[in-house]
Amino acid sequence: MDHSGISVLFEGTNFQRLLGGLWVTVRIAAVALIIGLILGVILGVLRTFKNRPLRIILRLYLEFFRVVPTVVLLFLFYYILPREMNFNLPGDQLATLVFALWVAAEMSDIVRGALISVPQHQKESGKAIGLNRYQLYRYVLIPQAISLEIPATINLATRVIKTTSLLLLISVMDVINIGQQIIEANNHTHPTGVFWVYGLIFLFYFLIDYPLSWWAKRLEKKRLERANG
Amino acid sequence: MKKRSFTKLIAVVGVFATLLLVLAGCGNSKKSSSQSNNPSSVQQIKKNGTIRIAVFGDLPPYGWVNKDGKRVGYDVTLAHKVAKDLGVKVKFVQVNANNRVDALNSNKVDLVLANFTVTPERKQVIDFAKPYMKVSVGVVSPKSKPITSASQLKGKNVIVTKGTTAENYFTSKQPDVKLLKFDSKTQQFNALKNGRGVALADDNSYLYAWSKDNPKYTVGIKSIGPKSYIAPAVKKGNKSLLNWTNKEIDKLTKQSFFVKDYNTQLKPYFGKEVKPSDIVLPVK
Repeated sequence: MDHSGISVLFEGTNFQRLLGGLWVTVRIAAVALIIGLILGVILGVLRTFKNRPLRIILRLYLEFFRVVPTVVLLFLFYYILPREMNFNLPGDQLATLVFALWVAAEMSDIVRGALISVPQHQKESGKAIGLNRYQLYRYVLIPQAISLEIPATINLATRVIKTTSLLLLISVMDVINIGQQIIEANNHTHPTGVFWVYGLIFLFYFLIDYPLSWWAKRLEKKRLERANG
Repeated sequence: MKKRSFTKLIAVVGVFATLLLVLAGCGNSKKSSSQSNNPSSVQQIKKNGTIRIAVFGDLPPYGWVNKDGKRVGYDVTLAHKVAKDLGVKVKFVQVNANNRVDALNSNKVDLVLANFTVTPERKQVIDFAKPYMKVSVGVVSPKSKPITSASQLKGKNVIVTKGTTAENYFTSKQPDVKLLKFDSKTQQFNALKNGRGVALADDNSYLYAWSKDNPKYTVGIKSIGPKSYIAPAVKKGNKSLLNWTNKEIDKLTKQSFFVKDYNTQLKPYFGKEVKPSDIVLPVK
């Protein structure tokens, strides 16, 4: 009886469906991260400019996405905006959009933080040899900022992947949603299936997230070694 | 220092202003958008060639997914029939109990066939077609400590799923009962098994099915509160699809489609305790 729970995973097409759900999860997280990171770098650079109105607008954008919980954002974009302004997207595209905007907001702060923590003399030396603003960012500030921001960025990525578990709220067939279907369909015959299905989902998330956080730790260590000799 | 806190203040005020604007926008556009065009009219559905129907994905035997990854169940069979009679393909959108209304109102689906109980509160925000099933709230509890009357529940924890009739009933009619609310059916039954409440309340037909497979539990209170009906739902004001669905339900009731549907989908789950006439509505 005890080992019968595990058979739930391999009955019919259950395992393929879970992998399919995982693919949906990973795809949404990956596309959102790519779009969000590019947008975030641009916004982060803009936020280091001295232009006041621009900085205030971008700050508002950041605070909005940071203060409002992701659940509320998803709900707002999926249910409330379509009703009010005829803005209709399928669940998975919409999820990608919301996550991309969220990543861009968080990323802009990471990039800004990295850019202003590049030592002041670097910037001044750049100016002294006559670099214009574009060249200053392109050749001096951004290359040095990248190594500072990579660990934080990877942490952000792991957070995004974990947060995709909220997608079942907006009818996206992600790995959690499919897991629940399988649990309910087999609850009568295999009551211990819950443990195995969630266990497998845990393993999936772990296999994706752990290498990322390990990589982040390693990069951080390397950077410190380089900086401190 | 002063300058920085000033910027912060502006930022905070700005966030609230933005939120207010968003909310104000909601209020203004409500009227204009609902009347302009109806993306869920029968004509439009036929033109699109697909009807989008909201169903449950985790509620056997009404709407669930079998091991081959196929959607099946009592509601799903009805959904296929509706699509066939409309002459269109069906696209299923999986919903939870508490986002069925939002799915309709934000035009995510045309029709909800997700074990949707008719209540006066829901009638104000969406339109129900004629019912195709009847149920009432039941209470399931462990056989070792059975709950057989509502008075036993006073001051105790009772498990419910958010947005269900059971939650509604206990909140409005039995305020002495403490409710533990969960998001999905999966979670609520796990909570009962883990002993987080003395009993669990949900639609009785569903509990019959569940207790048949979980012999340690019994439906101690078979029916509490008023009888209620399960009906298809459409977006408020969608007369076109509402009228069509009403005719369809009448026609299917006469053809005793629902008795057949009961026998194929529900009977294996309910066992002998329940008869088709307990669930299916009679021909008028």
